[in-house]
Amino acid sequence: MKRLLALALAAALSAPVLAKIEDKSVAADPAVERRLKEISDELRCLVCQNQTISDSDAPLAVDLRTQIRKMIDAGKSDEEIRAYMVDRYGDFVLYRPPFNAVTALLWVGPGVLVVGGLAGLVIMLRRRKVQPEVTASAPDAGKLKEIASLLESEGDAPTPRR
Amino acid sequence: MKALKYLVPLGIFVVLVVFLAMGLTKDPRKVPSPFIGKSAPAFSIPQLHDEKAVFSPEQMKGKVWMLNVWASWCVSCRVEHPILNDMNRRGIVPIVGLNYKDARADATKWLQQHGDPYALSAWDFDGKVGIDYGVYGAPETFLIDKQGVIRYKHIGPVTPEALEKTLLPLIKQLNG
Repeated sequence: MKRLLALALAAALSAPVLAKIEDKSVAADPAVERRLKEISDELRCLVCQNQTISDSDAPLAVDLRTQIRKMIDAGKSDEEIRAYMVDRYGDFVLYRPPFNAVTALLWVGPGVLVVGGLAGLVIMLRRRKVQPEVTASAPDAGKLKEIASLLESEGDAPTPRR
Repeated sequence: MKALKYLVPLGIFVVLVVFLAMGLTKDPRKVPSPFIGKSAPAFSIPQLHDEKAVFSPEQMKGKVWMLNVWASWCVSCRVEHPILNDMNRRGIVPIVGLNYKDARADATKWLQQHGDPYALSAWDFDGKVGIDYGVYGAPETFLIDKQGVIRYKHIGPVTPEALEKTLLPLIKQLNG
């Protein structure tokens, strides 16, 4: 119980630290903020490239969030806002780039690799199946005789080294 | 047939290495600009030195010119600045500065310290013009032709190599 309390206290105290430092200009309407979050989660921040515009606190990301907020207020659609970003920063700004000649390898590549890998595996396994099984057969009479004579002469034969 | 068993993984490995090696030589910060071949976005903002005067790209129509995004807080701008000063001395093209998200006093002081290669600087205090030009890291340099079309964008400091190999030949061609 004590441990649980301590944990709860720690969680409560860390909340302000974990909370993101948001720019001051937060829209009054929570619906606008929600839409902003949805849109900016899909946009790459070009300053710190592996962060989204919604995650990043780079000045440019803050500016772009402000810009998106303004565009939402102006009644622009999500599509229009995305187009605005692509016009300025190129397809690279989208975390889900459109399918075109440049990005074809990116989109198709992993699928091709998976299908190719599976095909290779299937071919390999099939081939393994048709290989004749190597089984031991009972020695015939002639063979037995040979073995017997070998055993008899064992005393004279040089002992194999171990 | 047996050799194939070893050659196939080796082949896959080689292809992978080539792709990864190609990835290593590329600079992920150099994002292809969607502006090449498009008209320079219009804007009209105050100038840095003369608050009352405005600058708009329209004023440069008929000239090949360079728009250079800079700021006093931008460290790598100091790296390219001597090259810009030199370009200005040689009178290669008019260079217009876009002073990006900077305080007026800091910016003018910086130019006094490092030299002012700019025909004029436009003062983009809130970075709005920067957004319209897809600026994501100063310094950035746009080369704009007589019709106001962006022909080239250089991201990061202009190096002597970039100047000799790319900018100068292109400027010559556009002026010709």
